[in-house]
Amino acid sequence: MDKVLMKGNEAIAEAAIRAGCRHFFGYPITPQTEISAYMARRMPKIGGTFLQAESEVAAINMVYGAAGAGVRAMTSSSSPGISLKSEGISYIAGADLPCVIVNIVRAGPGLGGIQPAQSDYFQAVKGGGHGDYRMIVVAPSSIQEIVDSTFLAFDLADKYRMPVMLMGDGMLGQMMEPVAFPDTTGVKLPEKEWATTGTKKMRKPNIINSLYIQPDELEALIKNRWKKYIEIEQNEVRFEAEGTEDAEIILVAYGATARIVKAAIKKARENGIKAGLIRPITLWPFPSDVISAAAKKVKAILCVEMSMGQMVEDVRLSAAGACPVHFYGRTGGVVPIPADVYDEIRRYV
Amino acid sequence: MIYIITGHYGSGKTEIALNLALSLTNPIIIDLDIVNPYFRTKDAQKMLVREGIRLIAPEFANTNVNMPTLPPEIFGALESENDVVIDVGGDDDGAIALGQYHKYFEDKPYKMYFVINKRRPLTSNSQDTIRLMRDIEGASRLKVTGIINNTNVKGETTAADILDGQRLADEISQITGIPVLAVSGIRSILADLKTDIKKMPLDLYLTLPWERGV
Repeated sequence: MDKVLMKGNEAIAEAAIRAGCRHFFGYPITPQTEISAYMARRMPKIGGTFLQAESEVAAINMVYGAAGAGVRAMTSSSSPGISLKSEGISYIAGADLPCVIVNIVRAGPGLGGIQPAQSDYFQAVKGGGHGDYRMIVVAPSSIQEIVDSTFLAFDLADKYRMPVMLMGDGMLGQMMEPVAFPDTTGVKLPEKEWATTGTKKMRKPNIINSLYIQPDELEALIKNRWKKYIEIEQNEVRFEAEGTEDAEIILVAYGATARIVKAAIKKARENGIKAGLIRPITLWPFPSDVISAAAKKVKAILCVEMSMGQMVEDVRLSAAGACPVHFYGRTGGVVPIPADVYDEIRRYV
Repeated sequence: MIYIITGHYGSGKTEIALNLALSLTNPIIIDLDIVNPYFRTKDAQKMLVREGIRLIAPEFANTNVNMPTLPPEIFGALESENDVVIDVGGDDDGAIALGQYHKYFEDKPYKMYFVINKRRPLTSNSQDTIRLMRDIEGASRLKVTGIINNTNVKGETTAADILDGQRLADEISQITGIPVLAVSGIRSILADLKTDIKKMPLDLYLTLPWERGV
């Protein structure tokens, strides 16, 4: 198949459709509105449902309902909208339902601004909503990886019956790159015996619920769910490592920031500085082991984010004091440039 | 002359508008994009200033707010004797912004170019592409006078991609009677391309942070 040129937001929408998503509930917000616009054009042509909800809160609860009925459902938003959706995400996690939530991150807090940011890391991986729950968070760094991650997000959601977030900054949502879509002919979506599809008087009713009257019953359920989270931490960590074998300094960055960091690392290598990169692709589960191992071999780790320092906390936990962990961040919608990252590298070697 | 550059987003309008402006004497370039929050003509502001080209852009372009207000200087530019290049953002939604100026074009000549990129999913066949062109004409209340084939997949573009796009451009031209004016693309690929159509080599000005060098 010929490659096509797609905007990140369009690529997410097209990949979701090809992954079998036929139910999309959205509400416009810059810089992710193209996802809704694409779904609005395409869904009616393929027998799917596109619905622009009256609010983000409504959209996520529509996803809750659709996921309960066993279909692949998705919603998308940007930072302030994800804050509104967080209550619904907690309910979905509490009812063990699979769905995909897209966050194309913009600057915050509050209304913040429409330029790119990565300041929703805490919200995504530490639980934006209430209660003991986890959400798998996938953070691609190219448009092709956005396509692949969208398929992955739906598959992981179904496999573990839980919400999965696809997270990119505004730059990834708006930029264009060539993409190819995988062949999906013959791919069958998984059966969902737990879904509320009607008993046809052949089985007991399935119930979608997150309310438990007895505390010990709820505790047992959550503890059981935690076994699933541990399994995910063991099996689903994804990361990219580049130039880490001989590195004297390791940079840790995700998403589009990792592309900027790679340009800085290239310059450092040209000037004799052995710099390497660890790029978390899953933000939860976090690639702690590889960072922990690297910390024992390098002079320093430098974490670069478009925030005041959020992922750096997990990097420090992983490094566990084995080497100094420095931080460089830009925020408020300001995108770091390779030259600035290169200057930071030089400070620590 | 007023040159109006239209097309689906991702067709390469902005690069074509910038390159066209650079080929003119004392032009004014207007960023009329009310759709895209970033990656727009205003990104090339430094280069335009360096080249002495006047840029008129929405006051809030490339800021942290979505404020698609158009500056009044546009009226002055359209009444001036200068060449004007208008980069119309997005698709037919973006072309609505252009519609309000249509009275300036009633008795003044203009050239409205429709840029096509066959490697964009929503403009990969003649039916979809012509529909979009007609929607843009409707929203802008103007008529497309020429087609530019700018088929590309950014850095991975081959001559075969461009020729594939040329077949689409020719097909659209046959159906609509609108001439194909030029084929555009980066210099290295265009140099070896065998075609009777006028070549429009492009220098690219919209780059991502990691493409700008350290």
